[in-house]
Amino acid sequence: MKINDEYKELAWQGLWKNNPGIVQLLGLCPLLAVTSTLTNAIGLGLATLFVLICSNTTVSAIRKWVPKEIRIPIFVLIIASFVTCVQLLMNAYTFGLYQSLGIFLPLIVTNCAIIGRAEAYASKNPIKQASFDGLMMGLGFLLILMLLGAVREVLGQGTLFDGATLLLGEWASILRIEVYTLDSQFLLAILPPGAFIVMGLFIALKNAIDDRVAAAKPKTENHEISRVRVNFDEK
Amino acid sequence: MAFWIASSPHNHVQSETSAIMRLVIYATIPGVFAQWYFFGWGNLIHISLAIITALVAEFTVLSLREKNIKAQLFDGSSILTAVLIGISLPAIAPWWITVIGASFAIIVVKQLYGGLGHNPFNPAMAAYVVLLISFPLQMTSWLPPLELMALPLNFADTLSVIVSGFTIDGYSVEQLRTHIDGYTMATPLDTVKTNLTLGMTIAESMESPVIGENFGVGWEWVSAGFLLGGLFLIGKKTIHWATPFSFLASIFVCSLIAFLYSQDSNASTLFHWFNGACMFGAFFILTDPVSGATSVKGRIVFAALAGFLVFIIRKYGGYPDGVAFAVLICNMAAPLIDQYTRPRTYGHNISPSKSGNE
Repeated sequence: MKINDEYKELAWQGLWKNNPGIVQLLGLCPLLAVTSTLTNAIGLGLATLFVLICSNTTVSAIRKWVPKEIRIPIFVLIIASFVTCVQLLMNAYTFGLYQSLGIFLPLIVTNCAIIGRAEAYASKNPIKQASFDGLMMGLGFLLILMLLGAVREVLGQGTLFDGATLLLGEWASILRIEVYTLDSQFLLAILPPGAFIVMGLFIALKNAIDDRVAAAKPKTENHEISRVRVNFDEK
Repeated sequence: MAFWIASSPHNHVQSETSAIMRLVIYATIPGVFAQWYFFGWGNLIHISLAIITALVAEFTVLSLREKNIKAQLFDGSSILTAVLIGISLPAIAPWWITVIGASFAIIVVKQLYGGLGHNPFNPAMAAYVVLLISFPLQMTSWLPPLELMALPLNFADTLSVIVSGFTIDGYSVEQLRTHIDGYTMATPLDTVKTNLTLGMTIAESMESPVIGENFGVGWEWVSAGFLLGGLFLIGKKTIHWATPFSFLASIFVCSLIAFLYSQDSNASTLFHWFNGACMFGAFFILTDPVSGATSVKGRIVFAALAGFLVFIIRKYGGYPDGVAFAVLICNMAAPLIDQYTRPRTYGHNISPSKSGNE
C-alpha cells in the first residue's frame, strides 16, 4: 500500500505538480526549438523519455559505488552514452526525423531535466522507483512537447501530424490532418518567439487551474489552513 | 483618472488619459487625410476595422480580468493603438491582417503585461512587427499612389480588395500595384534599396516615377501631415519636444555623414525624413509615455538611439524601413536608459566632486 502511494506521488509529480516542462522549466532549449511540428515534438519527446528512463535506472543502480566528488561527470558520461545510442538508432531507422531534429538530438545530453533527475532523485533512490520516476518525468516532458507542437503546428500551418512518415514510416501519411487551409503560414507560431508566447500561455493556464483547485479546496478543509502556509507549493 | 508615469517634478499637464488620447487621435487627422488623398480608402477601412477589433479584444480581456470595463474601455488608449496600427498597414492588406494585429496588440502586448501603463513595448509597433515577420508578403504589398496606378480604385473596390483579395472587376492585389508601363511599383525606400543592389546610383533612383519631383509621390505629403499633427501636439504640450527633435536630429547626423561620405549610395536627409514611417514614428510612436524613457535627458538618449537604429536598418538591414524594429529595441533599452538618466533631486548634487564648481 505504501509503495503504491509512492508511485502515485511520483506520477503526480512528473505529470503535473513538478512537470519538467511547465513547472521546473528545464530543457527549454529543445522544448522551444523543435516543437514547430507535432512530429518533431514527439520524436524529441520519445528520445528524451528513453534517455531519462535509462539514465535514471543506471544512475540508481550504481549509486553506491559513485564517489560524491565526481558524480556529475559520471552522470554526464552515462547520459551521453544513452544519447549516442538514441542518436545512432534514429540515424538508422528514422533518418528524416534525425535530420529535422538536427543538433537538438545530441543536445539532449545537456538537457537539465535529465541530469536534474539523476542528481535529485535517481542517485538517492532504489532502481524501481528511479526508473518509474524517469518514466513519469519523461512522459510529462513528452506531453508538454506534444501540446506545444500541436498548438504551434495548427496555428502555423493549419495541419496536424504533418510529416509523420518521418517518425512512423509510410503508413503514417494517413495520420495527417488538415485542420484548416491557410493561404500563407502564420510564421510567428513557427518561429521561436511563438514558442515562447505559447509556452507562457501554458504556464499561465496551469497556474490558473492550480489556483482554481486551491480556491475550491479550503471550503472542505478549513481547519488545515496552517499547513497551507507552511507548504510553499500549495500557496 | 490619470495613468501618467513621469518622474518628478509633477507639475505637468493634469489632463485625464482619455483627453490626451483624444488629442493624439485628432493630431493624426492631417496624416490620415493625406493617406486618404494619395492612397485611397484602404487605411481608413483598416483603421475602422482595427478600432472595432481592439474594442472587442479590450472588452473581452477586461471582463475576464474583472476590471472596471466602462472606465478603461473608453479611456482612448486602445482606440489610439488601433488607429496607429491602421495607419501603419499597407492600404490593401487583407482584413485578417488588421484583426490579428489589433488583437495581438491589445491582448498580448498590452493586457497580458498588466494593461495600460504596464506594457514594456509599444503595442502598435509590436503588433506591426509580428505581422511583418509572420506575413511578409501581405505586409509589403504597398499600394502605389493613386495617380500612378493603371487601374482606378474607388471605395467599393478597396473594400472588396481588403475583404476578398480582388476588386469588384476582378483585379488582384498584384495587378493593382502595377504601373501604367506594366511593372510592379514599390515604395520609394524600397525602390532606392533595390536599385542600390542593382548598381544604380541614388540620382538614378530619384528619377523613378514613385519618387516624383521631391522625395516620393504621396509619401512626402503623408509625412508632412504627421509632422503638422506632431507640431500641434508639441504646441498643446501633449508630447515633449525632446523625443521627436532628438530622433530627427539623430537621423540627420547619420544620413549627413553617410551622404558626405558617398552621395551616390546614400540618400539625403530629407529623403529619410519624408519617407516611410519616420515622421509618424517621431511624433506618434516614440512619444508613447508608457514604453519610452521618462526624463528629458532619457528621452533624448532614447530617441537618438532609435534614430541611429532606423538609419542602420534602412541602410544595412533586410527591410527597407526599420522604425518599428528600432522602437521595439529602444523599448527594451528604456529601463536601462532611465536608470542612467535619473534627474537630479532638487537640493542634491550629482556627485560630491562637482559640488565645488556650483
